Amino acid sequence: MSQNIEEAKKIIAEVLEVYPEKTRKKREKHLNVFEEGKPDCGVKSNIKTVPGVMTIRGCAYAGSKGVVWGPIKDMIHISHGPVGCGQYSWAARRNYYIGTTGVDSFVTMQFTSDFQEKDIVFGGDKKLEKIMDEIQELFPLNKGITVQSECPIGLIGDDIEAVSKKKSKEYDGKTIVPVRCEGFRGVSQSLGHHIANDTIRDWVFDKKKGAEIETTPYDVAIIGDYNIGGDAWSSRILLEEMGLRVVAQWSGDGSIEELINTPKVKLNILHCYRSMNYISRHMEEKYGIPWVEYNFFGPTKIAESLRKIAAFFDDKIRENAEKVIAKYEALTKATVEKYRPRLEGKTVMLFVGGLRPRHVIGAYEDLGMNVIGTGYEFGHNDDYQRTTHYVKDGTIIYDDVTGYEFEKFVEALKPDLVASGIKEKYVFQKMGYPFRQMHSWDYSGPYHGYDGFSIFARDMDMAINNPVWQMAKAPF
Amino acid sequence: MSQNPKHVLDHFNLFREPEYVEMFENKKKNFENPHPQEKVAEIIEWTKTEEYRELNFKREALTVNPAKACQPLGAVFLALGFEETLPFVHGSQGCVAYYRSHLSRHFKEPTSCVSSSMTEDAAVFGGLNNMIDGLANAYAMYKPKMIAVSTTCMAEVIGDDLNAFIKNAKEKGSVPQEYDVPFAHTPAFVGSHITGYDNALKGILEHFWAGKERSETDLINIVMGFDGYSVGNIREVKRILSEMGVNFLLVGDTSDVFDTPTDGTFRMYMGGTRLSDMVEAINAKATVSFQEYNTPKSLEYAASFGQKTLAFQYPIGIRATDRWLMAISELSGKAIPESLKLERGRLVDAVADSTSHLHGKKFALYGDPDQMLGLSEFLMELGAEPVHVLATNGGKEWEERMNALFASSPYGTGCHAWPGRDLWHMRSLLFTEPVDFLIGNTYGKYLERDTGTPLIRIGFPIFDRHHHHRYPTVGYQGAMNVLVKILDKVFDEMDKNTNVPSKTDYSYDIIR
Repeated sequence: MSQNIEEAKKIIAEVLEVYPEKTRKKREKHLNVFEEGKPDCGVKSNIKTVPGVMTIRGCAYAGSKGVVWGPIKDMIHISHGPVGCGQYSWAARRNYYIGTTGVDSFVTMQFTSDFQEKDIVFGGDKKLEKIMDEIQELFPLNKGITVQSECPIGLIGDDIEAVSKKKSKEYDGKTIVPVRCEGFRGVSQSLGHHIANDTIRDWVFDKKKGAEIETTPYDVAIIGDYNIGGDAWSSRILLEEMGLRVVAQWSGDGSIEELINTPKVKLNILHCYRSMNYISRHMEEKYGIPWVEYNFFGPTKIAESLRKIAAFFDDKIRENAEKVIAKYEALTKATVEKYRPRLEGKTVMLFVGGLRPRHVIGAYEDLGMNVIGTGYEFGHNDDYQRTTHYVKDGTIIYDDVTGYEFEKFVEALKPDLVASGIKEKYVFQKMGYPFRQMHSWDYSGPYHGYDGFSIFARDMDMAINNPVWQMAKAPF
Repeated sequence: MSQNPKHVLDHFNLFREPEYVEMFENKKKNFENPHPQEKVAEIIEWTKTEEYRELNFKREALTVNPAKACQPLGAVFLALGFEETLPFVHGSQGCVAYYRSHLSRHFKEPTSCVSSSMTEDAAVFGGLNNMIDGLANAYAMYKPKMIAVSTTCMAEVIGDDLNAFIKNAKEKGSVPQEYDVPFAHTPAFVGSHITGYDNALKGILEHFWAGKERSETDLINIVMGFDGYSVGNIREVKRILSEMGVNFLLVGDTSDVFDTPTDGTFRMYMGGTRLSDMVEAINAKATVSFQEYNTPKSLEYAASFGQKTLAFQYPIGIRATDRWLMAISELSGKAIPESLKLERGRLVDAVADSTSHLHGKKFALYGDPDQMLGLSEFLMELGAEPVHVLATNGGKEWEERMNALFASSPYGTGCHAWPGRDLWHMRSLLFTEPVDFLIGNTYGKYLERDTGTPLIRIGFPIFDRHHHHRYPTVGYQGAMNVLVKILDKVFDEMDKNTNVPSKTDYSYDIIR
């Protein structure tokens, strides 16, 4: 065992000392140090959060409304229950889209049934029916409705499925999707992703027919890109440049028509494995569509991914992939030449959701930086297995990290950059650490694709090399 | 390819490059099966009509873009205003992630709060074990002096009993028997964030006061209510009261915890009302609230001990400040010092200098009920007209109060209060009865985009402008800040409207 690993294990043991014994036993299974050659990261995951520890996790509603369904732009997503959930998640995730908001697009709006006490006591089904009528009247160009259940719905025994079926029939087979994503289900956002995926399978694929579209041998769908700051766009452009035809974006800047047409594609290309592997596997089983994971963070992984995707197609596409890689070489080189000298050897600690705890590592390495700690908010074992291909020996791994642990790990390892979310941002900045939000890209982006990499590099530089950090300590 | 590391193109400009514009057009045309352009244009126009407004106002069930949040947000906010206090929300954990994000996005500060992380099993069996483990863990890790418990709607629907649970947890040794664990039931399906603030405050008062004897002192308890400007306002009120020499206690003092320095140390706790002072607060001669609709139960509770209670409606402006200063002066027997009279004179001076740019200007505004009363009164003092005043969490009584306020001034003629309405209603109002300016929180920017009404950001949350929470809106100085904020927008719009060379720029005056 290298000295590094031993030291890191000591740090973990010290941090665990704060907990009551029962909690310590639980938490120690989620913390470990990656050792080269091991098949996974040696941590347990996707387990209930211990109460009272300041977890960073959210809930199933956040996974369904906030992540999977919310970005579908031409449908209206009702936050069904009390007002808060929809209010706090209103337009907060930066799922970019093009459309006339309030008329043919609805992503940055907050539709809520604003449950009152009487709805809890007598049930909300009648209200839900009425809401759907009012939506039809006031937003006639909506192409469908989803019902995003908040906690009370499942507890008071409402039958949102019956309401959805009834109203769909009344409105000539309109797409109306009831989603059982109550916040108490599961242990994190993750179950909400799964539930949302399943509702697309059950309420869209099996039931809906779109307008006929021609198909080509080069049809693909982007799965699991939420177009945060335009990520899916700076990805799509590369796929189109290599001659592929992107039939659908799931779900950033996506439309119901795109969802409906996805089973006609030749290949599903999957960015966020965690949130959309379910529907990809379903399409593989039912329609025989293969899927491939890709990573569009940083030039090394982008080139690797373009080749991997191209390998599913003919020589023409393979040659095109090489041309695309060559086309952007100058941009990549200039970006690395400008920023790498400023970032070489800098260390990063990550804690994010979805795919990013592993996917962004390559982009940092392209800039000469090292990720020395990482962990998933709501990852499963298969995420940690995949992580082994990215992390180096001695990387500290923390699953569902608590606020306390994260602070202590950062204090011990003193990285040059902490990259996590809004709840963590100000904690670490107060401590004097440069920080970037890796959910919202700190209101920047896109970070995907070659165009995104230049922005990513610039952002990391301006965080780490910002003059403000030299002034945190008063000279007196 | 347009990206260039020498001048990195951000999302603002990158996606306007021709290769992206073409890509968007093709995506729409080939894959989105869009509505015909003419149809979209027709509906856009229709949403601006009287007919649409009428339908829109007939809504009974659907809420679109409300201007309110849920109870526990207010409870968490209030709890953060006490010495080394950790808010603990019993119920689903996603809620706490939301409150923390929401408050941090506004204040640009950390928000510390824990959840009892209830899941399906707790939904079936109740969340007692979550309370027991949660209190033990929070106590061990974060060593708070007090843990203030509130609830999410999940815990409320299944009927968890906080009083019994906390007792039980203490018996199990989660925290010591004498340890301070005030609590409040804060169901999200009743009221709004201001109700939660009130319930949580009452819970804390009960915790420190219940069953205690009161012997009156000259202390005055001050409660500010839920306020996005708490940092600036609390400091300003403390300054003014100190200048007057009043013996006061700021109850729920969030001014420091939402304004901690960057100096290498993260302070989970900072400032806040001392717990020992809360024990003494029962002896106060009076409890004064700056937001009446924000604190009814707490004031009632204080009154039940024989304290005098007084409530203002988010006093902004000249007369509202006069009133609360005189009231405090009367309560405390302390004179209003000359220095404040000077401040007042300077504010009147500023208003006199600028009033011609405000006189007769029409405003629409939305926010919490007290804030609407305060802002409307100030606008009328400036000779402006608060034409549409909307509070999603306002009720019938608030509406009557607004109407009385309108009736008190010629500038209130033709003005309307809209209780229980949302920002989609406001959109119809702005199209059918346009005004010159809109005052509201960050979400008002969508109304500004759709209707062209310039937005002046005053309210909560403000996510897309920085640091305004550090500046007061109450007191004479606060009114000055609000005045300047309004004037800046008025002048910016004037310049924007007069800057076309050789067409309109004769009015692009250098002196205004």
